[in-house]
Amino acid sequence: MKFAVIVFPGSNCDLDMYHAVKDELGEEAEYVWHDSKDLSSYDGILLPGGFSYGDYLRCGAIAQFSGVMDEVRKAAEAGKPVLGICNGFQILTEAGLLPGVLLRNKNLKFMCRTVGLKVENNNTLFTNEYEQGQEIQIPIAHGEGNYFCDDATYNHLKENNQIVFSYADDFNGSRNNIAGIINERGNVLGMMPHPERAVSDLIGGTDGLALFRSIVKQWREANVSHA
Amino acid sequence: MSVMLEPNAAQIKEQKVYQQMGLSDAEFAMVEEILGRLPNYTETGLFSVMWSEHCSYKNSKPVLAKFPTKGERVLQGPGEGAGIVDIGDGQAVVFKMESHNHPSAIEPYQGAATGVGGIIRDVFSMGARPIALLNSLRFGELTTPRVKYLFEEVVAGIAGYGNCIGIPTVGGEVQFDDSYDGNPLVNAMCVGLINHEDIQKGIAKGTGNPVMYVGAKTGRDGIHGATFASEELTDGSDKNRPAVQVGDPFMEKLLLEACLELIKSDALIGIQDMGAAGLTSSSAEMASKAGSGIEMDLDHIPQRETGMTAYEMMLSESQERMLIVVKAGREPEIVELFEKYGLDAVTVGTVTDDSTLRLKHKGEIVAEVPVDALAEDAPVYHKPSAVPAYFTEFQQLDNAEPKITDYNETLTALLKQPTIASKEWVYDQYDHQVRTSTVVSPGSDAAVVRVRGTNKGLAMTTDCNSRYIYLDPETGGKIAVAEAARNVVVSGAKPLAITDCLNFGNPEKPEIFWQLEKAADGMSEACTILDSPVIGGNVSLYNETNGTAIYPTPTIGMVGLVEDLSHVTTQDAKKAGDLVYLIGESFTEFGGSELQKMVEGRIFGKAPVIDLAVEAKRQQEILSAIQQGLVASAHDVAEGGVAVALAEKTFGNGLGMDVTLSGSATTALFSESQSRFVVTVSPEKAAQFEEMVSDAKKIGQVTGDNLVINGEDGTAWINGSVAALRSAWKGAIPCLLKSEA
Repeated sequence: MKFAVIVFPGSNCDLDMYHAVKDELGEEAEYVWHDSKDLSSYDGILLPGGFSYGDYLRCGAIAQFSGVMDEVRKAAEAGKPVLGICNGFQILTEAGLLPGVLLRNKNLKFMCRTVGLKVENNNTLFTNEYEQGQEIQIPIAHGEGNYFCDDATYNHLKENNQIVFSYADDFNGSRNNIAGIINERGNVLGMMPHPERAVSDLIGGTDGLALFRSIVKQWREANVSHA
Repeated sequence: MSVMLEPNAAQIKEQKVYQQMGLSDAEFAMVEEILGRLPNYTETGLFSVMWSEHCSYKNSKPVLAKFPTKGERVLQGPGEGAGIVDIGDGQAVVFKMESHNHPSAIEPYQGAATGVGGIIRDVFSMGARPIALLNSLRFGELTTPRVKYLFEEVVAGIAGYGNCIGIPTVGGEVQFDDSYDGNPLVNAMCVGLINHEDIQKGIAKGTGNPVMYVGAKTGRDGIHGATFASEELTDGSDKNRPAVQVGDPFMEKLLLEACLELIKSDALIGIQDMGAAGLTSSSAEMASKAGSGIEMDLDHIPQRETGMTAYEMMLSESQERMLIVVKAGREPEIVELFEKYGLDAVTVGTVTDDSTLRLKHKGEIVAEVPVDALAEDAPVYHKPSAVPAYFTEFQQLDNAEPKITDYNETLTALLKQPTIASKEWVYDQYDHQVRTSTVVSPGSDAAVVRVRGTNKGLAMTTDCNSRYIYLDPETGGKIAVAEAARNVVVSGAKPLAITDCLNFGNPEKPEIFWQLEKAADGMSEACTILDSPVIGGNVSLYNETNGTAIYPTPTIGMVGLVEDLSHVTTQDAKKAGDLVYLIGESFTEFGGSELQKMVEGRIFGKAPVIDLAVEAKRQQEILSAIQQGLVASAHDVAEGGVAVALAEKTFGNGLGMDVTLSGSATTALFSESQSRFVVTVSPEKAAQFEEMVSDAKKIGQVTGDNLVINGEDGTAWINGSVAALRSAWKGAIPCLLKSEA
């Protein structure tokens, strides 16, 4: 499986995403600069964390207009897996690919720590290697991770099982402890925690590996007839 | 806008305008002699900033000459952007620490942020990829709104810059003492990795080669920042706010990636950061180092504001800029490279062969000065030194124990002292994991960052107990280096080298200069004996507020090599049943200790003694034991003594300890004698460990939930639940700040 790691000016978790896929999963990965006009050769799209465009104006607000975003939309429409982590999640909400918005943490400070996450829905292409309700330990590092949406949106997310991860404890003020959501079709996931920082015993544990394995497994199953 | 008329050369001399820029009468006379004429306004500015202490080290040079700077592994010592040490396999570690004290005292967020930005540029201007940041901070006690504000904003500024640029802040230290009330210290350290063949230098070689300006545009911020950094702070220092630079970490991230692409190009000849003294220092130093000259046309300098004068452009300390020299004819590819990142790359001048810095502006020559005069010929002062009265008095005092009654209460109170208390409130705001290479995160003795693609790691720490240095600068200087080495060793690494920030008061006061000299003597001896040369650093003098100096604070930044990641060791006790060992004796030594300060409200007496031969031997033995896999956890004994060190070992995994100590309770528990360690060892490895570490004394074992410390007669000195002690230790700083935990 071949992944594109999109690099916006100011992305800084691109390296971590790249190495997680390449070194720990042994899959193909390439960095793709933000002005790329063609993502058709990639099987999965990864939007990494960081501070695209310095978080100026609003997190993700400028990146949504990057040239590559039209291609990301096309990939999403084509049903390819699109994963946005941290700033990647913020970009996906700004681009309208996922509902809601990320506000500043309730204590108005940046936070970096490992937190407990509950797998709310393991019936997705990103989470099929987890158990339903499993609690995993994943690092977070964000200043604007406080997920907000209105009641109608929340009810819709809930009814459609679009809430994929929730925090075990409230630390940043997110509505109903939401940590990660998926689109209706089920192929675009945005989450604030960093599974790519939890892929090795040496660094941050291994609870993030199953997320990447899920994507690859699903892809293999879907594409096995083409092989 | 209003135009301020610059005084002409005669007026500068008559009205002594140069004094406002920081030049003395004698120095101005030297300038006149060097030029053979009177300098104009711009030229006076060039000399004043290049001859400031910050740029020229004119007061500290004789002291810096004492430091050992050479070693088998040292590839680059002091003199370039950062020092470089070989770590094998064709790779090297690049690191430096620098102060940003005065800006942080006036405008803490930007002061701290640009301190981080500046030190990162020093590292990537060498061609290295920055992989980690540390910072050493000093503030007054957290009792006044002003000090709390400085603390919160400095931390926010470091977080704002480091998090955005995506370099993990993995360690450092924060200490609190009244002596830093009006003059906080912000020392930022950056560590980078480089392949030997990529090492760059800041040189302007090859007559006719273009000099290019890359990065952010020049504005009026930070004009005369280096001069401001070389003065004492006063109540009027607020007026210097415009001398504080404003940082843009996004811009620096782009500049960083562009420069690391640039160093792969064979078109590049030299590169230097426009840091302190901006365009002036980068151009004069690059030319001086190459024995060449530089001619620049200031009309081409990318400018953020209109109507800037030559003086303003040359002295601006706008951030995120670099000066580069490339091979003639290769400019278009450089422009294209920087365009990818949306950055300016503009030819602003050429390398000449006449050893002169010649500046043109609007068709006229506005400055013509020998480059060596600026970069090399600043006067060097051998300041008078005098033994301070307090030192003589303190040396007469006998060592005595502070009077305490309840050891449990004392331990809890010590754990709540902000210098000892958990710094989680601080490092929770720093992204310490980005780049996914942080093996040991903040909170242990030293941070460890892996070298991706190898099985090696780098251990890094910053340390300095300035109270000991105040009481006895020479002994304190030895202790600062030894403690840094202890932190590196207990983490499983061999010390490689150090960088330092010499933060002192006004060197024109003989007692202050004496502190500087003596501290350097002590540091030098320790560096020699512990085989850890000084590969760079900076000097920050004039750290005084309204005439009162800070404690002398020569902060040490040390990097060590973990030869195999399996050697990485943390301070946390690992398993109930493991044996606890104390290495080193406890003497009645409380001068400058946390207990003395807490009980007496001031510090006095003698600093703890240190025998560097003993120190070196113990460090060597403990490192060997760690490398042979005999040690489960290791921690040095520092502020608060053995009781605090043992408590700290219980917090990480919530395990208890049951130990017995000999001697007088107060000394055994809280003395700050040097060269001591507490380690835990699994029982089956005990015999081998004892054989290898000659001074190790078994004092007890790791247990369940309580920390119990008994005297030899069976008296329970300390008996407390680890959870309660941990909660006191963890909650102290948030409680002091009255913010949400």
